[in-house]
Amino acid sequence: MLRKTTFIAASVGLVLAAMGLGAPAMAATTQAELKSVNWSFEGPFGKFNQEQLQRGYKVYHDVCSACHSMNLLSYRNLADKGGPFYSDKYPNPNESPYAKAIAMDFMVPDIDTDTGDAITRPATPSDHFKAPFANEYAAKAANGGSAPPDLSLMAKAREGGPRYIYSILTGFADAPAGLMVPPGKYYNPYFPGDLTSFWNGPGKAPTGGFISMPPPLTPDRVTFDDGTKATVAEEAWDVAAFLAWAAEPHQEERKQTGFAVLIYLLLFSGVLYASYRTIWRKISH
Amino acid sequence: MSGHSTYEPKTGFTRWLDARLPIVRLAHDSFVDFPTPKNLNYWWTFGGILALCLGIQIVTGVVLAMHYVPNANLAFNSVEHIMRDVNHGWMIRYIHANGASMFFLAVYIHMFRGIYYGSYKPPREILWILGCIIYLLMMATAFMGYVLPWGQMSYFGAVVITNLMGALPIVGKSITTWLWGGFAVDNPTLNRFFSLHYLLPFMIAGVVVLHIWALHVPGNNNPRGVEVKSKEDTVPFHPYYTVKDGFAMSVFLILFASFVFFMPDALGHPDNYVPANPLVTPAHIVPEWYFLPFYAILRAVPDKLTGVLMMFGSIGLLFVLPWIDRSKVRSMRYRPTARLFFLIFIVVCLLLGLCGSHEPDDKIFANLAGFNLLDSNLNSYTWLSRFLAVYYYAFYAILFLLSWIEKPLPVPESISAPVLKAGKKG
Repeated sequence: MLRKTTFIAASVGLVLAAMGLGAPAMAATTQAELKSVNWSFEGPFGKFNQEQLQRGYKVYHDVCSACHSMNLLSYRNLADKGGPFYSDKYPNPNESPYAKAIAMDFMVPDIDTDTGDAITRPATPSDHFKAPFANEYAAKAANGGSAPPDLSLMAKAREGGPRYIYSILTGFADAPAGLMVPPGKYYNPYFPGDLTSFWNGPGKAPTGGFISMPPPLTPDRVTFDDGTKATVAEEAWDVAAFLAWAAEPHQEERKQTGFAVLIYLLLFSGVLYASYRTIWRKISH
Repeated sequence: MSGHSTYEPKTGFTRWLDARLPIVRLAHDSFVDFPTPKNLNYWWTFGGILALCLGIQIVTGVVLAMHYVPNANLAFNSVEHIMRDVNHGWMIRYIHANGASMFFLAVYIHMFRGIYYGSYKPPREILWILGCIIYLLMMATAFMGYVLPWGQMSYFGAVVITNLMGALPIVGKSITTWLWGGFAVDNPTLNRFFSLHYLLPFMIAGVVVLHIWALHVPGNNNPRGVEVKSKEDTVPFHPYYTVKDGFAMSVFLILFASFVFFMPDALGHPDNYVPANPLVTPAHIVPEWYFLPFYAILRAVPDKLTGVLMMFGSIGLLFVLPWIDRSKVRSMRYRPTARLFFLIFIVVCLLLGLCGSHEPDDKIFANLAGFNLLDSNLNSYTWLSRFLAVYYYAFYAILFLLSWIEKPLPVPESISAPVLKAGKKG
């Protein structure tokens, strides 16, 4: 033990002396604590609210989709079971008039099979969501050098998921005096970052970071078909719910299956335990 | 146990088969009539649970491979295709992803049980070493499997771990290039990782067969650590242990299913839902939870090569454990001093995992300023993991020394003896 300890201490010491390592001043990333939000789909019994998903899709369609793609979704997914536009009447989402109508508004590139020419045609439910930019470079060029991220998995790809999305969308704040905001950037306390080098004010730099996205939501930016008042909080809440659905469309099915599985396993464990007690009854151990 | 088989073929066909390929006899002697100590506790059920885990991983993995595309441009989307479009694909993938965690949870319990009850001691050294080989194969398989979805954490995890080879003097760089199949982690790397990820589980299955073979020669160890002396001490494996293992598996599956169906991403990292992008390094690169203790040991050492050697050494020591701990008493039930150091060892392993999940410079006590010792603050996870790593190694030295120093408690004469005595008293 002593030999090992000495060996480790010696090797640590030697290496330090040889390399002259110093602790680099680590930049600390900060982020405000995410807002707490109530979601209908939270918890083991949670379900998506279809009206909210429809409102959320409208926010994505009218606002977000100007810059953000959702490459993993097809128009048919909107009419999938559990989706925003599902109806019992149309179990096959490709035949859903809602999916067809939504898709038809988009022109997508294709090849004319008679002539081989590049053409555009109205989208069908089986087409993927049309992306706002032809490629990543075009997206970068149009957005001051930073490409808007794809939103298909946004609700799973960030710590906090839909809470993070809601907090960012409703969290834009005026930069505190003393904070140098670079052109094309916006201060958001919920966006993880390190503002130390931009801070001239007293004390510690403010929490949060600079985001390249200008505040996207304003009151009445969209008109909800169900008459819900379109406040910034409502729009953010609905679009975050929509993105949570889009990131995992099978979430409800997963939980429902889970209940059946757990009930089965609990009963089965009970039966096995009873068998175990019976079989071992005569063995002293 | 080998030797006297009690199998008697009853039908014409089984008699015919038994004279040509006694496979039914083998199964009967191994899993039906196999004499097993009657005092095995629930810690012994994890062997069966592990076999179940391996089976689940292979079955779900084979189905996933039917839909997955091992190409750097298509891999991420093919996994999402499984999640969204394949019938019950979400379930198969969540079972496979969480199954890896469940597999490691079970294997760690199985290994700690082996250490506590001295299951590596003669005549079970080969059995123990085969187990260590299985564990190494599991680590390699899990690491390569985590790379396959080609998310940010997949990619940068692969970069960090393959770069460890670069720490080796002279040959390091060539080995890394050879592993990558190029000059960076890229499509060739993904392809070979997929190939090996598919191959290794079957190698694990092969070593599992040897592991069970090596188990069935000396028979099971048991919580008292004394050898089986008479028929009194044992019960046939079936139905006594098939039912007990079955019950334990079912309870284990409840935990498994809770993760799969109600918190499938709890053990994963959000960054792995971002497609791999070599130009954007994630803020924190962390491995899966089951590698965190080793990650902490690696980072505890300032020199890369020494760190790599310390990390692999921490696993390597397990292989020679039977020759480090020379105590004649197997079970730590009768070794109070060793038991104390063993319990500390478990806590140290868990704390090393905690260290691995933090940034090295994170403060342990947020309100305490601490002071710099050599290269980093004493109140940081760097120093904590150094102290813990020293204990990790010291534990083996302690076991070695205790073999000579420790005065163990009296060991019962046989498995049945104490039970019979207790029976008479009662």
